[in-house]
Amino acid sequence: MPKIQEIARGVLAGDRRSIARAITTIEDNTAEAQELIASIFPRTGNAHVIGLTGPPGSGKSTLIDKIIREYRQRGKTVGVIAVDPTSPFTGGAFLGDRIRMQELSTDQGVFIRSMATRSYLGGIAKATKNAAKVLDAAGKDIVIVETVGAGQSEVEIIKVAQTTVVIFAPGLGDEIQAIKAGIMEIADIFVVNKADRANANKAVMDIQAMLQLNNKEKMWKPPVLKTTALTGEGVPQLIEKIGEHRLFLEKRLERKRSGEKAEAELVEAIKEKVASSIIEELKREGKLEEFLQKILEKKMDPASIAEKLLNKKFGKQV
Amino acid sequence: MQNRKKIRVLIAKPGLDSHDRGAKIIARALRDAGMEVIYTGLKQTPEQIVETALQEDVDVIGLSILSGAHKTLFPIIIDLLKQKGLTDVLVVAGGIIPEEDIPGMKKLGIKEIFGPGTRTDKIVQFVFENVPKRT
Repeated sequence: MPKIQEIARGVLAGDRRSIARAITTIEDNTAEAQELIASIFPRTGNAHVIGLTGPPGSGKSTLIDKIIREYRQRGKTVGVIAVDPTSPFTGGAFLGDRIRMQELSTDQGVFIRSMATRSYLGGIAKATKNAAKVLDAAGKDIVIVETVGAGQSEVEIIKVAQTTVVIFAPGLGDEIQAIKAGIMEIADIFVVNKADRANANKAVMDIQAMLQLNNKEKMWKPPVLKTTALTGEGVPQLIEKIGEHRLFLEKRLERKRSGEKAEAELVEAIKEKVASSIIEELKREGKLEEFLQKILEKKMDPASIAEKLLNKKFGKQV
Repeated sequence: MQNRKKIRVLIAKPGLDSHDRGAKIIARALRDAGMEVIYTGLKQTPEQIVETALQEDVDVIGLSILSGAHKTLFPIIIDLLKQKGLTDVLVVAGGIIPEEDIPGMKKLGIKEIFGPGTRTDKIVQFVFENVPKRT
């Protein structure tokens, strides 16, 4: 495997092998992953990152195939990260999203990567965010992240995507489902796919009725669109709406939202750094076992130990 | 904080036969052995298979073919892999490949051929033992 700086240079030059290697490095979370992110970070921020989420079988992968085609017709390059679940029992995964997009695999303007969650919760993988940065730094105009088939509370995608599209299919639930918390709250755009089916309009109405219950005046009102992924019907309209949302973000909200996102990323990075430095220190001092034993014997709870360790490390101020 | 490295496998169906029951059984067995398995779907060209292997950065490619076109398609695939610099990928094959063709296929660079009736645990073990070490 070439040196990490070589991979980083390859990514910035758009070299496909380097992009693939970079994503593997991030997935395996090797020591070099951070160096890699650091070297490509200055070149990120140009791509529009779109998240697609929705229940299993709603047609996410097939719709993405059509979305990519539409963007390619408009001269845009596209990167895709398609996430599927890792088995909690064996650690293995069957990654089948790209089957629906396989005709595009030889298009040099398209890069598709399948990713297993590796037991990360929330509908994406731990590596998804940084893998999206790799595709961004490699010059892709559009980066699409397909989540695992999401039920109700897999909402991590909003930490990665600028525009989140939530896809439903007719017949998956009534208006009560539409009122529930969770993924219904994260959509910038709603799509009712399989719109050629009989009760598609009912699904659209249920979602619209739910949206009307919002009593807060919002600057962006999520539109509800209909698509038929098999034929591509409704896809150009979806692309238009995604574009409108991007403009909206740029004009009014981007600074604030990016600020929040930057803060969230910083918090996450601090958490990881602090945790690993304390754990490493305990290991070096041979004290880790002692604390673990205390937890197992119910003599101390983890939060109290954490507080004690933080106080020791940073003084009483924490 | 390091994850254990995962073995990534591409199960690919070159050629025009539409029988992927075997391919799916192998995919399932490798999945259950803890690997990340990507399946291409049916009727893939050599270009599609190699490009997918590259994008997915796989350690192993399993080719499943029952149409009899292996003598035409496998050399193209191996050639493309070399062209794209994917020389450290373990390539194995299965399906209907006549006995007399096997030496030629192996000479080409296909590490092992698994015919009908091969036990899945044998294939899993072979992959574990022969997968190139990632550094």
